[in-house]
Amino acid sequence: MTTALKVTPKETPRQELESVVVRFAGDSGDGMQLTGSQFTLATALAGNDLATFPDFPAEIRAPIGTTFGVSAFQINFGSRKIATSGDAPDVLVAMNPAALKVNLGDVKSGGHVILDVGTFNERNLKKAGYDADPRSDGSLDDYQVLEIDISKFTLEAVKGMGVTNKEALRSKNLWTLGLIYWMYDRDRSPTVKWLEGKFAKRPDIAQTNIAALNAGHAFGETAELPGFAGFSVAPATIAPGLYRTVTGAEAISWGLVAGTQLADVKLTFASYPITPASSILHVLAGMKQFGITTFQAEDEIAAACAAIGASYAGSLGVTSSSGPGVALKMEAIGLAISTELPLVVVNSQRAGPSTGLPTKTEQSDLYQAVFGRNADAPLVVLATRSPADCFDTAIEAVRLATKYMTPVMLLTDGYLANASEPWLIPDMDSYEPFPVKFHTETEGFHPFQRDETTLARVWAVPGTPGLEHRIGGIEKSYDSGHISYEPDNHQKMTDTRKGKIDGIANDIPEQTVEQGNDSGALAVVGWGSTYGPISRAVGNMQGRGLDVSHIHLRHIWPLPRNLGDLLRGYKQVLVPEMNTGQLVTVLRAEYLVDAQGLNKVSGKPFKITEIEDAIAARLEN
Amino acid sequence: MNAPATVEKLQPKDYATDQEVRWCPGCGDYAILKGVQKAMADMQADPAKTVFVSGIGCAARFPYYMATYGFHTIHGRAPAFATGIKLANPELDVWVVGGDGDNLSIGGNHLMHILRRNVDVQMLLFNNEIYGLTKGQYSPTSRVGTRSPSTPAGSVDSPVSATQFALGVNARFVARAVDTQQKQMPGILARAKAHKGASFVEIFQNCIVYNDGVFDRFTDKSVVADAQIYVEHGKPLLFGKDNDKGLRLDPKTLTLAVVTLGQDGVSEDDILVHDETNKAMAQLLAAMEPPDFPVAIGVLYCNPAGTSYEAAVRGQIEAASANGKAPSLNDVLRRGSTWSVD
Repeated sequence: MTTALKVTPKETPRQELESVVVRFAGDSGDGMQLTGSQFTLATALAGNDLATFPDFPAEIRAPIGTTFGVSAFQINFGSRKIATSGDAPDVLVAMNPAALKVNLGDVKSGGHVILDVGTFNERNLKKAGYDADPRSDGSLDDYQVLEIDISKFTLEAVKGMGVTNKEALRSKNLWTLGLIYWMYDRDRSPTVKWLEGKFAKRPDIAQTNIAALNAGHAFGETAELPGFAGFSVAPATIAPGLYRTVTGAEAISWGLVAGTQLADVKLTFASYPITPASSILHVLAGMKQFGITTFQAEDEIAAACAAIGASYAGSLGVTSSSGPGVALKMEAIGLAISTELPLVVVNSQRAGPSTGLPTKTEQSDLYQAVFGRNADAPLVVLATRSPADCFDTAIEAVRLATKYMTPVMLLTDGYLANASEPWLIPDMDSYEPFPVKFHTETEGFHPFQRDETTLARVWAVPGTPGLEHRIGGIEKSYDSGHISYEPDNHQKMTDTRKGKIDGIANDIPEQTVEQGNDSGALAVVGWGSTYGPISRAVGNMQGRGLDVSHIHLRHIWPLPRNLGDLLRGYKQVLVPEMNTGQLVTVLRAEYLVDAQGLNKVSGKPFKITEIEDAIAARLEN
Repeated sequence: MNAPATVEKLQPKDYATDQEVRWCPGCGDYAILKGVQKAMADMQADPAKTVFVSGIGCAARFPYYMATYGFHTIHGRAPAFATGIKLANPELDVWVVGGDGDNLSIGGNHLMHILRRNVDVQMLLFNNEIYGLTKGQYSPTSRVGTRSPSTPAGSVDSPVSATQFALGVNARFVARAVDTQQKQMPGILARAKAHKGASFVEIFQNCIVYNDGVFDRFTDKSVVADAQIYVEHGKPLLFGKDNDKGLRLDPKTLTLAVVTLGQDGVSEDDILVHDETNKAMAQLLAAMEPPDFPVAIGVLYCNPAGTSYEAAVRGQIEAASANGKAPSLNDVLRRGSTWSVD
């Protein structure tokens, strides 16, 4: 079903803004993620560019009213290009004292704070760790505060609709959404339609929610709210076409399906649940009509092994996890390297080590991906930069895995997996297919026969008459594929495995410069989800007249063949990473360039200003 | 196979590769290899559609000697690879081979799950109660007191019973064989293959170097008649060199007792008749140990489920594919809330 909608800005006396950052925060049970995603849709329909970031607790149902049970959703939208979910909120909606406590520090000075004062009682204040009511002790003096008893207004709005008080209070988030819709002049009808669909079996609940939404909107229209006059954000200039919002987890899943269609091979996806990677398993498990097999294995190791087994049997095996799970899979990945079978391993990175911060983001598994196996065990490493970019990167992972008979590690992270952005929906017919060829020729066959150019071995699958053969983790003879303990043969096979992966550098695009000159004073080199903040920071600093360029890597291993020369063209190289310095070490080791790190591991993405400051420190002295 | 219709019957030797077998001379694995090749020929198994999967250990070298497809994987994980193979291509006939360390120690978890999921494979566990490839340490099936390089004063931990483990995790086919008892083995393997679902076969295998004679108390020719009982569905549970000993159930204690026909008024009517679909009976038989009881050999339990795991998975995929037109990814990407920008 397509909701095509023509975007026509409304003529209102509203205050014009170029961009706004809004954060919805409340208890885990307050429905903040739902509120955020509905506001995202309404904002996309209004023609703004946008980026979002959900931030939720690791606990499934933390005790109500506690700070560790606070769930938040941030959206940055504007009439200009939006690259990140925003540094600091202009508007904070806090549904309880704990939400205020956790989030207030991030809000811009002078920003708007909307409070549901119905929850500001002694008990909740104490649970949030407040000794005194922040409304009366001066701690909100720097902000424009709007105190509303949302709980009370919601109950009034749905009175007589035949739902219990408890059910009625669950509509508080819709009342709040209605108010925010009024503030930013958003169309309510898509949310109304969505509610009617979602609660098709409980029309009373749907109507309750719609009543709350409308009441919140009416409140904005009619109440005199000092400082809270409506705002308007003009549509952004966006490439024409059909759009949707997409999360990284969705885009990776669909990219894997697209890749296997282009490769003309079946997809077998084996995974073990782990935050924040599980959503890929959920998406693919719902796509059985595409002939996709999903397997929830007994553990991470079994998931990797089953995926490799599937590849051996002629499917493309894909497994997915987060860093701790990938660590468990590594011995099996070594076998896939040794037996030269295609495999895609998706790592949704999270903050570590060990369990770390399971719901917070980090990009600290680059070493693990590139180097983290016993012995000389090279494979391909790719990294995605944005939720939408996950689609094409997943297709590239499938292409390289099947063409080169190799495992490919696809790095994404918790931020990308959950964040969403508008996506110009691609047309599958515009992609060039790369069909695999299973080997069938019996004449002169052995399982480690190679393509002269790619060095990929043949893919000979069980069931093919006349090609019966045995493979395994013991070293194989280069000439026959049989077990071989010959010293010279091991040297040759090790060199060949390395040469095969190194040679992929000739089959991937040369590195380009995202923004700025291709030589000069400073290159900011990034990979993964730092794309948004780096791109905006570099743009801003170019606006201030600085000679700074942005280079962003998709291919982490092998690196693009021109990267060394490109980096040597800059006087300085700065590498922002959400780790203690992993890509920067690889670049220094590979190219002997004096690249410098900018590192952050707080579980939160870089702020644009942090990167701007680092650029300024290097160029403005 | 793409062979002409006039092709001669495959012989056991046709299932052997040209690779030099590298087990120790006198190893029980030679006998098992022979038994498996004989079983393959008896069944006229198609080598192109047969896959042997193994983990790590002496037994795990097995695939290199079978002229079928073979995948020698990593320690303990062979069942997981086999599951992936069956999910990708349910038509393949998959045999998983491993030792007691591979299957019950490092791979115990995967053995549990492939059995309870009921993936249609044959799991052959070569039990020699010792680690061979790592040079003689005790294993999870070693009896208490086993002296080994890692337990010089004797092992102190209780062993696991492979067949009781298999029954405990809801395996639906559980059998036992002995490496040198070649008259029985091919038939047992044929039953395992015929069973739709996971088939588990424990094969007692003598390690001539590190644990020689560990099963002599029931496999030595001089005792075999009295120390083993070969169980067959529908037949009375009789054994002994004169076939006059039998198993009788004490209904008050739910235990078995060995009785002798003609003594204390025992007649054949008192002897239990083997019902391989009866799990309680299988559990009693699996638990029997010398010297008080004979060791049960043969098919202890066979109770097929309606469908195997990979068939059920495939069934869901086919049901989803059958609903409506051929799917288009373009359609999926355009489903839900979309908007166009002019």
